[in-house]
Formats: sequence, C-alpha cells, structure tokens
Amino acid sequence: MKKWFQRSYMGLVFLFLYLPIAYLVLFSFNSGKSKVIFSGFTLKNYADLFTDQQIMQALLNTLIIAGISSIVSTIIGTMAAMGIQRLRKWQRNAVMNVTYIPVLNPDIITGISMMLFFSALGISLGFGTVLLAHITFNIPYVILAVMPKLRQVDYSAYEAAEDLGASPALAFRKALLPQIMPGVISGFLMALTLSVDDFVVTFFLRGVEVETLATVIYTTTKTRISLSMNALCGVMVVVVLIILILANLPQKQQKPKKEERI
Amino acid sequence: MGKLKNKLVAVPYYIWAVVFIVVPLLMIAYSAFTNEDGAFTFQNILQIGIYGNVLLRSLLYALIATVCCLLLGYLLAYCMAQQSERGKNILMILLMLPMWINFVLRTQAMQDILDLIQSWMEAAGISLRISNTGFAIVLGLIYNYLPFMVLPIFTSLEKLDKRVIEAAEDLGANRMQVFRKVILPLTMPGIGSGVIMVFVPTISTFVISEKLGGAKYNLIGNVIQEQFLTVYNPNVGAAISLVMLLIMLFILIIFSFLDDETKEGLL
Repeated sequence: MKKWFQRSYMGLVFLFLYLPIAYLVLFSFNSGKSKVIFSGFTLKNYADLFTDQQIMQALLNTLIIAGISSIVSTIIGTMAAMGIQRLRKWQRNAVMNVTYIPVLNPDIITGISMMLFFSALGISLGFGTVLLAHITFNIPYVILAVMPKLRQVDYSAYEAAEDLGASPALAFRKALLPQIMPGVISGFLMALTLSVDDFVVTFFLRGVEVETLATVIYTTTKTRISLSMNALCGVMVVVVLIILILANLPQKQQKPKKEERI
Repeated sequence: MGKLKNKLVAVPYYIWAVVFIVVPLLMIAYSAFTNEDGAFTFQNILQIGIYGNVLLRSLLYALIATVCCLLLGYLLAYCMAQQSERGKNILMILLMLPMWINFVLRTQAMQDILDLIQSWMEAAGISLRISNTGFAIVLGLIYNYLPFMVLPIFTSLEKLDKRVIEAAEDLGANRMQVFRKVILPLTMPGIGSGVIMVFVPTISTFVISEKLGGAKYNLIGNVIQEQFLTVYNPNVGAAISLVMLLIMLFILIIFSFLDDETKEGLL
C-alpha cells in the first residue's frame, strides 16, 4: 500500500476517534453556557468541577471502589491462578469456562444477574453490592494475566527454597512471586482500569444513593447542560496522557537489559 | 504436602465464582420461568414475541457495526503494523487514549456534534435527518468499539512471521494472493477476538441507543433496562436476557472454531 494512502487513512480514522473528545475539551473553556456557541475563554468550568460536592464525592467513591476491588481481586485471582495451574486438564477446562463467563458476558447481563441474586437474598443495593460486583468481574482478568506467567515459571528455585527450610509462604514470596510479578501487575492495572471505567454494572447495583463518576456523568448529561462535564473530560485526557506516557517510558529502557541477560 | 497446599489456594476463588458468577446466572433462568409468586410459568417467555422487532433491530445494528468495525479496523491495524517501532508505539497510545475517557461522556459528545451538524444542514436547506436516527446509533457503536477490533488484529499482525510473507512472494504469489492465502488466515484468531469484543457490547448496549437514538429506536438492552428499573417486571427482563445469552453462546461457538490457539477452557 502506498505511504500517502496509509497516512491519510490513519489520519481520517483518528480524526473520527478524536473529534468528540476535542469538541468536549474545546467547550470546557467556554465562558458561555452553550455547547454550540463559543463565547470566550475561561477556566471557570474547571473551578466549578473541583468545587462540585456531588462530583467530588463520586470521584472519591470511584477511587475507593476501584482501589479495593482491584487489590482484592489481584490477591484472590493470583491465588486462584496458582491453584488452577495444578488441576487436571478437564478440571482446569471446567474452571476456565466459568472464569470466561464475566469476561464474555455483556455487562448488562452481569449487572442484572447479580441484581436478581442480591434481591433474592434480600440484600439492599448500595456500596457493598457495587464493590462485590466489581471484584467479581475483575478476578477473571487477573487470572488470565497471571496464568501465562505461571506457565513459564521455573519451579526449581521454589522447590530449592522449600528444601532449604523456607516456609511455603516465604518460598512463594522470594522464589515464585518475583517471577510472576509482571503478570500480577498487569492484572492489577487491568482490574483498576475496568473498575474506574465501568458504568453498566454499577448502574444496576448502586441502589439509590451511591454515585460513581460514570453514573454522575450519565445522570448529569441526561438532565441538564453542564460544562463541568466537559471540564471533567479535559482533566481525564491530561491524567490518561500522563499515565500512558509514563507507562511507555520504562519499557524502552528495560528492553536492552533483558536482551543482555539472554 | 506442598502440592496439596498449592491446590487449596484457589478455593476462595471457587467459592466466589460459584456464589457470584454461577448462582446469579442461574437466577436469570429461574426468574425467566417463574412469576412474581415464584410459581413456574411460560408466560415470560411467551411475552418476548412483543419485542421481536426490537430483537431483530438489535441484531441488525450489531451486525452492521461489527462488519464496519472489521473492515475499517483491519485496514487501520494493517496500516499501523507497517509503521516504524516508534510510530507503532505512538499510534497505540493514540488508539488507547479514547478508551480511557468515560464512554458515556464521549457518546454524549457524539450526540452534541450530530445535533450541531443537523442544525447546519437545516440552515443549508438539506432535509436529511441524521441525529436521533438508527444511523446515528450505528455510528456511535462503530465509534465506541472500533479500538476493540483494532487491538487484537494489530497484535496478531505483529505476531505474524514476516518470513512466511517473503516465502510466499518468492514463490510467485501476487499481493492479493499473499493477503488472501497467508496474512488473512494467520490473523484469523485476531479477527475472531475482535468480532466477539465488538459484537457482544454492541448487541447489549442501552446507553448508546438511548443517547443517540433519541429514545425512538429501542434496542434489546433498553428493553431489559426498562424491565428492571422502570416498569419493574424482572421476570420478563430475565426472559429477554436469557434469549440474549443464547444468541451470545451461538456466536461464541461459531467463533471458537476460528481461534485455534491453544487456549484453555472457552467451550
């Protein structure tokens, strides 16, 4: 394919992907109240955003739910991956089929199935049910991230540690965990991302009072025109950009080291 | 001794999976076949007939969006794979960044842009409707899920052994033949995951159709959401969800044949 064709095609697709974001960010600086007419530059919408009690509470909820659910699911998921690894093939297949359910299920099915479950048990929906649901849909991603690393593990170091009198816990920490750490970290980051980003599951399990950023965005954009949502988008773009750039920097520096070792 | 312990570390997950994954799914089937008093009934399943055209519309929109994502996404992944390593890194960041901005917000922005274009068209005297139409919904679906198609295809293009392509060229295959006989079959696993990753959320969406369809073009996700949250008839909602689950299972079985990598589980 010709270079100019590739370049212009990629340019067009990325224009399509970025137009709505550019539009949101542009109007986050609008001093007027309209989403159509740009009346002048201001940072007022950003000030409004950070003083909005509801949005700040929702941000706090989002971070707490994402933090707890990704830590819990990383622990349970990593342990699960180690156990699953030791199962016989048919058992492993059975467990993995169940593990794929939350990954492949549409969010809405995950949400309503748990909603039915909790209401059958008479548990009222709220913070706790949202947290349980987030842990549930996060665990499989951790397992799927850790499993491939476990397959490459050299168990001789672990066995040597045990033979030399280390407790299983110590042997795990010193001889096994360092080897699977990249998988554990990527599983954790995946869980964190999914949890922050989730709208649908939270929407069905939040009950009446719990708001996360996603649900606040949903209700706000439904009921009124508010440019603080645009400002929120602007903040997100900056945060994500910083994270992505930081995440991509160390990889480049590590690569030559790895090759040397081999 | 050590081995036994190793097996037991997964027990918390097994309990978790049974309680929070398996039992809730069975609850859908149970609710679908019972009425409010818990008595067995086919009434909910029979009511699905009313939503036949909504179901068909959802299938149609999801199929169009998936096919468009596949065509647009494959070409994009192919172009990206031709770039330098540095270029690839930058393009990957560019592709992933929008996925991290909340999709409800981006969908609302899409609606605002379409409204704006609509008002320009009206001013210019063009009577074509684009905002609050089925077209707008499909456009929104493509916009939201295109990256999910590009990522797995790009990954499988990257894994492709360049020597196989060179061998095919040396043996006299022209560009079209190389693509059809070598590149396409070898990237089938990527296509399979991409199609599933786009089809599943597009057939079950309710936010995108609600925002971009102007509440006129209900999809099956909207019906489920209404049954659970506004009309409050969870039994009918469960029956519709069951149908959606069956469609999903059907698609998964078809595409599990495409993915010949040695994955564990997955049917």
